Order: sequence, then C-alpha cells, then structure tokens
Amino acid sequence: MTDTGSREIILTGINVSPGICIGKAYLVDIEGVDVVKKYFISEDDVQDEIKRFKSAVNKAKQQMLTIITNAPEELRDHTYILETHKTLLKDKMLYGRTIETIKNEKVNAEWALKKVVSDVKSMFKNMSDSYLKERATDIVYVSDRIMRNLVGAESEKIADIDKRVILVANDLSPAEASQINLERIKGFVTDRGGKTSHTSIIARTLEIPAVMGLGNATNIIKNDNLIIIDGTVGTVIIHPTEETLLEYGVRSAKYEELKAAITRDSYLQAETADGFQLKVMGNIELPEEVVSVIDYGGDGIGLYRTEFQYLSSPILPKEYELFDKYKDVVEVIAPKPVTIRTLDINGDKAFSNNPDYMEANPALGLRAIRYCLKNPDVFRTQLRAILRAAAFGNVRILIPMISSYEEVLETKRILDEVADALDKEGTLFNRNVELGIMIEVPSAVIIADILAGEVDFFSLGTNDLIQYSLAIDRGNRNVAHLYHSLHPAIIRMIKQLADVARNKGIKLFMCGEMASDPINLPILLGLGIDELSMNPQSIPAVKSMIRALKVEDARAFMKDVFKQNTASGVEELIRETYGSILFEKVYARRKAFGDRAQKNYYRKQKGQT
Amino acid sequence: MTELSRDVIVINELGLHARSAAKIAEIARKANYNVWIIKDKKKADASSILDILTLECAKGSKITLKIDDQSDLDILNNTVKQFETGFGELS
Repeated sequence: MTDTGSREIILTGINVSPGICIGKAYLVDIEGVDVVKKYFISEDDVQDEIKRFKSAVNKAKQQMLTIITNAPEELRDHTYILETHKTLLKDKMLYGRTIETIKNEKVNAEWALKKVVSDVKSMFKNMSDSYLKERATDIVYVSDRIMRNLVGAESEKIADIDKRVILVANDLSPAEASQINLERIKGFVTDRGGKTSHTSIIARTLEIPAVMGLGNATNIIKNDNLIIIDGTVGTVIIHPTEETLLEYGVRSAKYEELKAAITRDSYLQAETADGFQLKVMGNIELPEEVVSVIDYGGDGIGLYRTEFQYLSSPILPKEYELFDKYKDVVEVIAPKPVTIRTLDINGDKAFSNNPDYMEANPALGLRAIRYCLKNPDVFRTQLRAILRAAAFGNVRILIPMISSYEEVLETKRILDEVADALDKEGTLFNRNVELGIMIEVPSAVIIADILAGEVDFFSLGTNDLIQYSLAIDRGNRNVAHLYHSLHPAIIRMIKQLADVARNKGIKLFMCGEMASDPINLPILLGLGIDELSMNPQSIPAVKSMIRALKVEDARAFMKDVFKQNTASGVEELIRETYGSILFEKVYARRKAFGDRAQKNYYRKQKGQT
Repeated sequence: MTELSRDVIVINELGLHARSAAKIAEIARKANYNVWIIKDKKKADASSILDILTLECAKGSKITLKIDDQSDLDILNNTVKQFETGFGELS
C-alpha cells in the first residue's frame, strides 16, 4: 500500500503457463517453500513417530482453542468455522489414516500427512457440489497447522502465506514446485526456467499463470508489491496503475470464461459427426499431472514419460520408488489405461557425473532402448516396477527408439524373465499387459510389417520421427523452419504404418506434438489412427474439433492430400477444406484473445517510454 | 427389541455442510460403537466430518442413521434431534 506512488514497471519473460492473475508478491528465499521431506523409518521407530504426530495434533487443538477463546465478540460467526476445524483435527480420514500410513508404509509423519491430505483433497475436488469442493481448503488449513507443529519453528514462512499470493523466486526446483501449497498460490514468477522446465510443466498442470526467465525479477519485485502476471503473453506488471488493474480484471474474467467454454464438454467422448469414436489421451511426465489429464477429460494416459525420477537424483531410483509413483498414477486413473514408456534416457544424462562420457551426437547415440539393453539391471528394475504397478489398474508398456527386430525380441525376453522372477518370488504383479513400441526411427516404419507380429500396438512419436526423417534438429535456428509435420514424406509414413497396423490387426496410436494440433486432425482421422495422446491442456480443443469432423469425409479428403507435393500445399488444402470448422472451433477464440492481449501489451509498452 | 436405525430428512437450508457434520461427528465420537449415516446405499462413518461430507446430502435428502449397539441409543436419539431441529440453524 505504501508504493502507490511508484511507477508502473513492465517486465517481459517467457509465457510458460497461460492465464492472468493479480495479487501480492511473495518472495521465496533460497530454502524454498514448504518442502516436505520423505524418509523411511524403522519398525522400532513407528510408535515414536505416531506419538510425534499425535502431539502435533494435540498442540494444534490447544492452539485453536486459544484462538477460539480469545476471539472478540463480533467474530463469533467466525469461530464456528474454527470449531469445525478443531473437530476435523481428529477426523478419522485425516488423523486415523495418517497414523495408519505411518504404520503401514513406515514413513515419517510429515510425509504420511501430506499423502493422506492430498488424497482427501482430490476426493473433495472431484465432487460436483461447489460448496463441498471448497472444503478442500478447510482440510488444507487444518493439515497445515499440524504440519507446522510437526516441522517446528523453521516453517514460520508457511504462516506468512495466509493470503493468496504470487510466488516470486529465482528458480524453483521440481521438488519445491511440486510441494507448494497450491491453494495459496495465484501465480509464479521466476528469474530462470523456460517452457520445458519442470516448474512450468507443473504451472500448466495446475493451471496457474506463470512467467519465467525474467532474469532479475527477484531484484525488482519486493515482498507485498502488487503485481499482475499475464502468463498468456509473458508479462509481469509491477505497481500497476488503477487503469491497468481495471483492464486486467476484465481480461482475466474473459479468459476464465473462454477456458470454461472449451473445457465444459471435454468430459464427453470424442465422437465424430458420423459416429466414430477416437480416444484422446494425455501425456504426462510427473505423477501429479495425472490430475490434469482427468480434469481436461482425457481418456487415459497415452504417454507416461519416466525419466524424471532418474534425472532428479544422482543415484538410480530403487524399484519401490518407481513402483510407488507408477502405482499412484495407475490407481488414480483406473480403469482407464496408463501407457508407461520405459526409460528414454541418453548416455549423457545417465552419466552426468562422469565428464569423460560425452557423445558427439546424443540423438544418434546410446539412448532409450539401446541404453536399457546395454544396462539390463537398470531395465529389469523398471520393468519389475511396471509389472507390479500393473496389478493396480490398466497398464501398457511402451518401448522407445526401436530401430530393429532384434531389439524387440530382446526386450520381450527380458520382460518374460522379469515376470518369471516376480512369479517365483510370489510378488503381486500382472503379466497381462499390452506391449507396444514407439515408432520414431525411420527404419521402424520401413520394417513395421516385421515388427507388428511381435507387439500389441505402435505409438507414433512424431517429434523424433520427423527429426530423423527430415534430418532436422529443431534446436538449430538455421534449419528449424524446415521442420514440418505435414511434410508429404511424413504423411506417407503414417499411411504405411496405418496400413500395416490394420492388416496385422494391431492398434496405432500417436503421442507426439502432431496429435495436439487440431489442424492435423482431418489427416489423422483419414489415415485411421486409433488413439491420440497429447499435453492435457490440448485435449478439450482436439475433442471439440473431432466432433465437427466426419471420418468418411476425411478418408475421401486423403486422396487430395496425396496429390500435394509440399507441406505448405497440404496445409493450404486443409485450410481450404476445413478452414471454417477449424477457425470456428479452435483458432477464432484462441486467436482473438491472444491478439488483443498482445496489442494491449504493446500499447502499454509504448506509453511507458 | 429396540430399533437401531432411524430415518430422517435433512431440513436445513445448506444441507449437511461442514458445521452440521462437525456437530454430528462430535456426538458420534462419544459413542461406544460405530454410528453410521446411510444415503442411497452409501455409508459414512458419523464420527468423521469428511466421510459425512462425501455423502453430499443436500436439503431434502432422505438418510438413515444407524447404530451398531443398543448402548448408543442416546447418541442415536440425540443425533436425530439435531436433524429435526435443523442443527439449530433455522430462524
């Protein structure tokens, strides 16, 4: 409030997560926010850990009693809520379950509480009644109090964030970002990071506006400054004027309206106008993202990338750690399928501690299945975790970077070996999982007829397939413009795959970026792809587009597509034929909004100088 | 034999929300055995606010209160009374 006299400042960064929010800045120091550590405890310590938890709850109860008795007369109404919270402290679903979790999983009280709370929270969030949905906040409030007592004085910071704030940080590690108290965060602003950083994935998942890569935001923004984040265009406004505030208030409401309109019927099946159903699934990287696949109406997980656990720690993850995460995802979305892609790591990353190990050409090097077959112990550990998690839902295994028949055979041999071992040990697992391969290397397309006999499905990884087929590194500015998913070569490859899949009776999925752009849908539908998987945010728009199309038309349309000699020719043809639908369904609303925001932004900048 | 279950209707405007659920839970926690709230075959532990809320009882919902043991008859009666008086929220 003291800075009303300050000048409006506009910073520009990378627009990593769309949306607009207005709020007070909260600067995070280096220690980060509310990070809950997980550690295992021994059998002997279980009782002590439970005792520690109980005393934290009792302390919370005392604290609340004090607040209630000290509450002034005029706040009587408010104390009812506190009474409710006090009763919640010992609620079986919170209190009882946390104790059970400590006992059964032998984990520390903080982690057990966090786990139980997140379960209960998601249960409430999925309720249709808006009042009940809101109750998740009560649960968070109560559990925070217990958590504060558990971790002790260090967490004073948490107490400070009792209003909804915008988080400003130099950088947020994935661990920090994934554990932020989300009910309290309106948006993120960071100095570092970009579109593909884990923090930005999380921001998009949680639909929190975020702007990253601002350079020195933490030096300019002070605690409690009023700021506006526009995650759609990537701007942060500090000390906004009354006029700006008003303008963004309106814009924010419009944005929410637009989002709601697209998401509204996303829960329904995507069925074409002539009655053909196409499954639209979500790609995820972190287990937490499964929630947004569900929220956006995904029909399952078409690609679960599993590298994160391997890259976030200097040592290889243990089987139980992998199993834990996989099971989480599988259980939450069951009975819908979860397609777990085995490790797609390259040698560089795997040996980041070893500077001697550097490949000149990692994209063509020891990566994915090649790495796994060369390190069978690593591969076995992951396969064991997957087969075990498969006992809790519907799991498919997807093998990346297959380029030869032998790789498939070797993979199947190891998979059988692992299953036999699990069987002998008497461990709970499920061998009855579908096995598929990523088609992302041109050789795999060419020998698709050979490979098809050994697997249950193909999944087209278009990003790599296009890179390898057109020999283009998208990161290279000089050639990036040549990268085109509608290149006639790519369309012909997909056709070949679709024909093989149909003849051999296996399914063809697509999980690359190509699947998420509605402009490609007439072609994908016409060629006969069975299932599309994409980043969760794209699901509603793709579903909406599918409903406007007819398979019969799309098949006939392919004849014209094959007459085109260039990528731009194909694109032109799609716009000519489907332009009105595309425009109406997807781009019109999206674009109109983006342009307006952009224009305003430039106008503002001019006014500034 | 005394009846161990009673049917009631939620009459307060807000339905079974957090505050009313808290009242039920406070009472049910004094019981010797389990106390249940049943709605459309879904059963919730009356001593848990959260469990009660998951039943999503709006105004006008018909629910059944059930105790497992006769010794908790007072608890049952007391809970029924809460429902009948709309948890003291009716003006």
